[in-house]
This record gives sequence, C-alpha cells and structure tokens, in this order.
Amino acid sequence: MTLLGKLTWQAIPLHEPLPLYSGIAVAIIIVAILAWVWIKGYVPYLWREWITSVDHKRIGVMYCILAGVMLLRGFIDAIMMRTQQAMAYNAPGYLPPSHFSQIFSAHGTIFFVAMPFVIGLMNLIVPLQLGVRDVAFPTLNSVSFWLTAAGALLVNMSLVIGEFSRTGWLPYPPLSELAYSPGVGVDYYCWSLQISGIGTLMTGINFVTTILKLRAPGMHYTRMPMFCWTALASNLLIVAAFPVLTATLAMLLLDRYVGFHFFTDTGGGNSMMFMNLIWAWGHPEVYILVLPAFGVFSEVVSTFSGKPLFGYRSMIYATMAICIISFMVWLHHFFTMGAGADVNAVFGIASMIIAVPTGVKIFNWLFTMYGGSVRFSTPMLWSIGFMVTFAIGGMTGVLLAVPPADFQLHNSVFLVAHFHNVIIGGVLFGAFAGYTYWFPKAFGFTLDERLGKWAFWLWLIGFWVAWGPGYVVGLEGMTRRLQHYDVAEWHPWLVVAEWGVLIILLGIVAQIAQIVVSVRTREQRRDVTGDPWDGRNLEWATASPPPPFNFAVLPDVTDQEPYWDMKARAREIGELTRPEPKYEPIHMPRNSPTGFVTAFLAVITGFALIWHIWWLVLLGLVGAYATFVVFAWRDHDEDVIPVEEVARLDRANRAARSAALQHRQLRHESQRESAQ
Amino acid sequence: MGNVGLVLVALLALGELAGCGRAQLQPAGPISAAEREILLDSVVIMLAIVVPTIIATIAVAWWYRASNVRARRLPDLVYSGRIELLVWSIPTLVVIFLGGIAWISAHDLDPARPLPAKTAPLEIQVVSLDWKWLFIYPKLGIASVDRLMVPAGVPLHLTLTSASVWNVFWVPQLGSMLYCMSGMADNLYLQADHPGVYHGESAMISGDGFADMHFDTDAVSQDQFDSWVASTRGAGPALDDAAYRQLLQQSVPAHPYTYRSVRPGLFADIVMLRLPPGDGPRGADTDVRPVGMQ
Repeated sequence: MTLLGKLTWQAIPLHEPLPLYSGIAVAIIIVAILAWVWIKGYVPYLWREWITSVDHKRIGVMYCILAGVMLLRGFIDAIMMRTQQAMAYNAPGYLPPSHFSQIFSAHGTIFFVAMPFVIGLMNLIVPLQLGVRDVAFPTLNSVSFWLTAAGALLVNMSLVIGEFSRTGWLPYPPLSELAYSPGVGVDYYCWSLQISGIGTLMTGINFVTTILKLRAPGMHYTRMPMFCWTALASNLLIVAAFPVLTATLAMLLLDRYVGFHFFTDTGGGNSMMFMNLIWAWGHPEVYILVLPAFGVFSEVVSTFSGKPLFGYRSMIYATMAICIISFMVWLHHFFTMGAGADVNAVFGIASMIIAVPTGVKIFNWLFTMYGGSVRFSTPMLWSIGFMVTFAIGGMTGVLLAVPPADFQLHNSVFLVAHFHNVIIGGVLFGAFAGYTYWFPKAFGFTLDERLGKWAFWLWLIGFWVAWGPGYVVGLEGMTRRLQHYDVAEWHPWLVVAEWGVLIILLGIVAQIAQIVVSVRTREQRRDVTGDPWDGRNLEWATASPPPPFNFAVLPDVTDQEPYWDMKARAREIGELTRPEPKYEPIHMPRNSPTGFVTAFLAVITGFALIWHIWWLVLLGLVGAYATFVVFAWRDHDEDVIPVEEVARLDRANRAARSAALQHRQLRHESQRESAQ
Repeated sequence: MGNVGLVLVALLALGELAGCGRAQLQPAGPISAAEREILLDSVVIMLAIVVPTIIATIAVAWWYRASNVRARRLPDLVYSGRIELLVWSIPTLVVIFLGGIAWISAHDLDPARPLPAKTAPLEIQVVSLDWKWLFIYPKLGIASVDRLMVPAGVPLHLTLTSASVWNVFWVPQLGSMLYCMSGMADNLYLQADHPGVYHGESAMISGDGFADMHFDTDAVSQDQFDSWVASTRGAGPALDDAAYRQLLQQSVPAHPYTYRSVRPGLFADIVMLRLPPGDGPRGADTDVRPVGMQ
C-alpha cells in the first residue's frame, strides 16, 4: 500500500487533449477568480458575509449560484453529446466511447443543477413567506449547502483526476460492479452523491421542521402560500426518499470496496434489487424537483394575473396526493424487466393516477388567469411556456405508463425526450421563473426584462427544436446513449437536435447578458419598496434585500394572502394601517464556519475514499467529528441586533412604502380624473 | 383560427411519424402492430384533452392580458364548486379510460404470453455477450452470431439471458424489448409476419462496444429458412465449451457468422452460471470498433 493509495500520475489525462485542456482552462479560470478576490481584498468580506453565513437568504443565493455553475457544466456536456450524435452517422465522431459514456453519465449529475436551484429558492423564500426570521436550524442549513457544494466539487474533480462513471446517470449493476467498472469513475459518482445526499437529507429535515413549527402568528396550514405547501411536500419526500438513496449506494459501495454481494448475481446477490431500490428514491426525486416548481408557478400565475390562486384547497390536495402517490410508482421505470402482467398493470395505473392531480393543477392555473389581468413579465412567460410544454411532457409520460407502449419506448430516445420535456419544461422553467421573480427580493433590483424575454423564447424554441426530434428518433427505434449509429433515418433529426441545443446556447448567453446588464444598470432598476411586482405574500412585505432579521416585527396573519390584505386595507384608507410598532432588539443566530469546514473535510474524505488513501480518510473523519464537537461546545451562539438598528432599517422601508402608496394613490386619482 | 392550425400541426406531426422508416410505427408482426395501436390510441385519447388545454391556456392568457379593455375581469373568481368538479373529473375520467386500456393490454401483450397459433413456436435462445448477440436454435442444433434468422409467419419463443452485464433485446419492428440478465432467463414471444430485414439492437448501455451491438433480423420464407438451416449445418465451427469461452471475450465481430452445431445444454449451463460469465466489458484501451469503422 502506497501513501497515495491508487492515485498516481496516470490519473491525470496527460495524453487526452480534450479533458486535459478543458481541465487546465477551468483551473486557470478558478485561479484567476480567486486571485482577483484576494487582490481586491474581498476575502474577509466573503468569509464573514457569505461563507460562514447562516442566513437563509445568503445560503439560498449561494445554492442558486452553485446551480448556475453546474448548469453551465451540464450544458457543455449536452452540446458535446449532441455534436457527437450529429457527427457519428457511419462515422466514429470525435469522442471515443469511453469519453462519450463519461459525458452522458456526468450530464446526469445535472441533478446538481436542479436540486440546488429548487433548494436555493426554498431557502430564499420559504422563511420570508412564512413570516419568520430564519429556518429552524440555521447552522445545519449552512452545513447542508456546503456538503452539496462538496459533492459537486468531487464530480468536477473527476474531470482532471481520474475518470467519471461510464454507467449512465444511474449506476446499474452489474455494469457498475467492481468486476466491470474497475476504475474510480463509479466511486466518484457514489461518494459525491453520498456526501451531497446527506446535505439534502438535512435540508429536508430542516425545512419540514421549519414549515411545521415556525410560522408567523396566525398562519394556519390553510393560509400558507402554495410555494410553502409544495416545499413541505418536497421536503417530506426528501426525508422519506434520500435515506433509500444513501442505503442503496452504501450497498453498492460495500460490494465494490469489501466484496459484498448485494447486487452481484454470481455471489447470491440480485442486480434487479438495485434497480428497484434506486428507483424507490429516483421516482420521488423527480417530484422533489417538480413540486417546488409547481409552487413557483402558483405564485407567479397568481401575482401576474392579479388574482388569488384559483382553487387553493384543491391545489393543496393535489400537491399532497402527488407527494404520496409518487412513492408507489417506481416500477414503471422497468416494465421491460419481465415482472409479469399484474405487476406491470398495477404500477402503470398508479403512475397514470398522478396525472390527475397534475392535470388539476394545470386547470387551476388556467382558471387563475381566467378573469384576471395578465401581465406578460418574464416570470409569467416562463409559466405559460411551462404550461404548454409540460402538457406535452405529461402526456408522453402517461403514454410511457401504459406497459405495452413502454415495451416499445423504454430506453429509447423517446423516453429521454420525455424526461427532458418535464425536467427542462417543468423544473428548469420553474426555476427560471422563480429566479426572475425573486431576484429583486434577493438583490434589491430587478432583472432586465428585454433580455429575459429573449432568454425565454430562445430556451422555449431551442428546447422544442432539440427534443422534438428526440421523440421522432425514439419512435424510429433509436435507443439512448449511442456513440455512433448507421441508421440513415436518424441522422437528419439528430442534426436538427444539434441546432436546437445551439439555440438554447443563445438563450444561456442571453441570461448571462441579462445578469451583466442588470448589474450595470442596477441604480435605475432599484426596488425601493420591496414589492416590485405588486405581490401578494409576505416575502414582499419586507425590504429588498430584506434585513438580516427579515421582519422587524413578526407579521400578524389574518388571511390567506396576508400582504395583499394589508395593501388592500392601506389603499382603502390611503395610508399604512400599521402604526409604527414598538421595536425590540432581535437575537439572530451567529455565523459559523462549521458548514464550510465540514464540507472541506468531506471533500478530503471523499477524495481519499475514492483513491483508497486510508490515512487521509481517517484524518478527514476525525477532523469532521472535531468540527462538530467544537461547534456543539460553543457558548456564544447568538448575536443581538440593537433596537436602534432594527428601527432604522424598518423606518426606511416604511417610508419608501408610504411614498409608493401615495404615489400610486395620486396616479390612481389622476387616472380617475382623466377618465371623467 | 389558431385552434384549427394547432390541430392540423398535431395531425401532420402524427401522420409524419406514422410514415417513418423502420420504426415501431411500421410494425412487421402482430405484437408490434398491437403495440402501435395501443400507442396511437393512447396518444389520441390524451390529445383530445391536451390540445384543448394548450389552446385554452394561450387563449385565456391572451384574452385577459392587462391591456385588453374588452376583457371582463373577475377578480373574485377564486373558487367554484362546479369548476372544481370539472377539473377533477376530466383527468380522472381520462385516467380511468386509459387505465382500463393499460390493464387489458398489459395482460394481452405480456411478453411472456405465448402467441395464439396452431403451429408450435420456433425456440430461440438469446445470449447477450460483450458486444455481440448469440442466437441458439436448440431444436435445430445450430447457432448464429449477430444475425437472427427467422421464418416469417411462425411464432417465435425467445428465451433471453446474458453472459455479461445487462443488455436489452429489441427489434422495434417486431415488438416488445426485454432485459437480458445474467443468471436469469426471460421469455419473449414475437413473430414476423412478412419477409424482410429488421433492425435489432441492444437498448441498455453495456460498455464501450455498446453502440455496435446491433444485428439484423432476417425474416425469410419457411423454405429459405430450411435451406439456411441445412447450409448452416454443413459449414462453420462447432459451438462447444472451448469455442464458447472464446466467444465470451469482448469483441465486435466484423460480420455475422454461424455455428454448425451447439453443445446440448449450453444455454441452461449459461443461465445456471455453471458456465461462468465472461470477464465483462473492459476499458477503452483497445479499439473495439469493427474494421470498417476504424
């Protein structure tokens, strides 16, 4: 046994130009950013205000940034795959099979996009909507985030040190067993998901506790905003499903590291069991992603239609129905394994039943718009684009739930088109809608609308040009993950799909430009009142960005749409109804480097486990435990924000709101006069 | 106007799909024909509700745009028992209908269900290897690699296994795909109605040579099939344990080939793991592409 385990110079792809140069380029970019941060003297600021922050809003923003970075990574994978398949008709293309399979496997970890994005939005918004000051366990929240980032970092390290998994986005045995995947690729996959999975599980516990236990006075369950309901459902699913993932991957790791036989068919194990277990997590996982997106659409459609959400209670039933049924359908991912007609039919019908509450949601959004006054701002465009796109994606999903149809569509590109249809058209569109909608809340200025609309149209059109052909080639018998092919009928469609992905590229360029332009013109686009969209829920009742304590005084909730209610009363009598409250000093949780340090040690431990560097594993684990002990023994865990500071921040916001109200009132009156 | 256009586009797209080349939508056997019917029926049933929903979404959003002075605003329309009943019952009814189709068709088209026919099915044993397909004809005592020769109009009983990692056996124009798994045997009944060459492939990633794991299914007349059997018996190597071990090594054959005889009980020994599986797919150090591709 050597000091560095399996790690040698061979792990660095010195002889493979593509990963080598891209690795070097990424390294240079990272070093350049770090150097710039260092030279500019931002390190203390970043450390104090962001890295050690336990403020849910900061953590939410960092989640979203992580999602954005990983979105770029996943999209680069996508372009590479589409280009390979556009080229590889009767030709080898430019990517050898071993590299191509690493790319489609790594593209699967685009889950490091969707998960951080929805968890980021929940972090940012749920406590604000509940009218509280933070989540239930603020430091745990920071640990969650940094563990997720640690997992993402490990995935990206595989780009330059060693290799990534080649077994597809889920590592099915026997292919993922040591005998058939002797390299470190599957280990990179498993350990990065284990580490981030623990982070996600803690997020689930944290948010379930927050939503069930911490709500503003008067906010009953049936007054909670729909986004909070979907967040609750999603986090309940996390709590129930992620332990399954952890256990499943742990079993695979035991097979690989110490010769167990959970999934090796030769040793008394059963590879089919892995498929069952991984989908027992995997299917709820897609609802973990899409339910918060449904929540975003509920908020956005209601705000931009100027109406409360239609059928609020119905939406709650639909959300919770999806939450429960999504655990009973996992077998539809392998109807073609030969389970028998009764089993297939039962799971097929169970899967279809999910379409009922989902359909109800679509209709309820439709009736929310009906009779409303619809403003086509960017978040609303994403929502309408979603409703149209998701209707098709949902339909192909129900089609795949019919076993005999699945016998001909399973593992075909049709299936791949279906889940991109729901992941892009559902989850990503939802994340983008939420991002545009809540960006001003997080940063205090709105995003550029013109570029946002460009981004929307390019994404929408790009998606259909990229994945419409996917449905077609799937129906022409093309299976997924082909590095090359010799079927003439597929080729033109795959070339069209390449164009689609290029259109999406333009959409991403528009989104980056949107950020740059908006930041540069931020003074013109300041959101002084904290309510740029004429919102309805409590997140808009505080300043943008909110003060660290969110609310100087916890709001008293008397209605399902508390902020709309306040505004309506204020408009009636022409002034803010609430007299200035009696301010008190506020205790806020103290920042802590625990999360960052733990995650750093988790990366070390994960890396050491992947490369069998056992002494370093021990060091990492002992370090993580020591960090926990130090944290547990601290005496001073809260900072006090003095009453003058609370009063100063709140008065400034109240003044801005009063001015805006009077301005609106005056405009209203002048309109009335001109109408007369 | 827009409504009609959308419906037209949808119909055109469907029509175009139905006319595609070698595909599930151009069935060549009773199973694929039945599956196409289920597929198209389900799509049409769902389109009947999806298309109006899409049109209504766009129409409602546009009509109630803030600048439309003619739109009647209903700011208090937040609940209506009648609408609730409607929005729950429409998808429920569709799902009840589709669920019935799913239940019946899942039983009718269960891959393991024998086809109703007077003639006894032709037995074929399928072994997925790294990265090729072995087709054993146990009653005829011959075997073929990377080419599935079948008589048209005769039901086929395929028994599937793998001597390596998982694969999926799939001939889209004949019908259902099914997993090939080591240590297990799955039953699949198919039939080709007409002579023709049908594209077959593996539908499950199985290592670097996966993309080359396709094969032609040659459906020929009974006479041609018989003469193929006779000529196969007269030439080529024998598939004994030594030859099988050779076959287990990963490779992509440049051409299909046949074995004149097969050691009896070979398939059962593979399924029962009495003949251990191959070493499995190895890394990319070797170029696995057939000669023409290099």
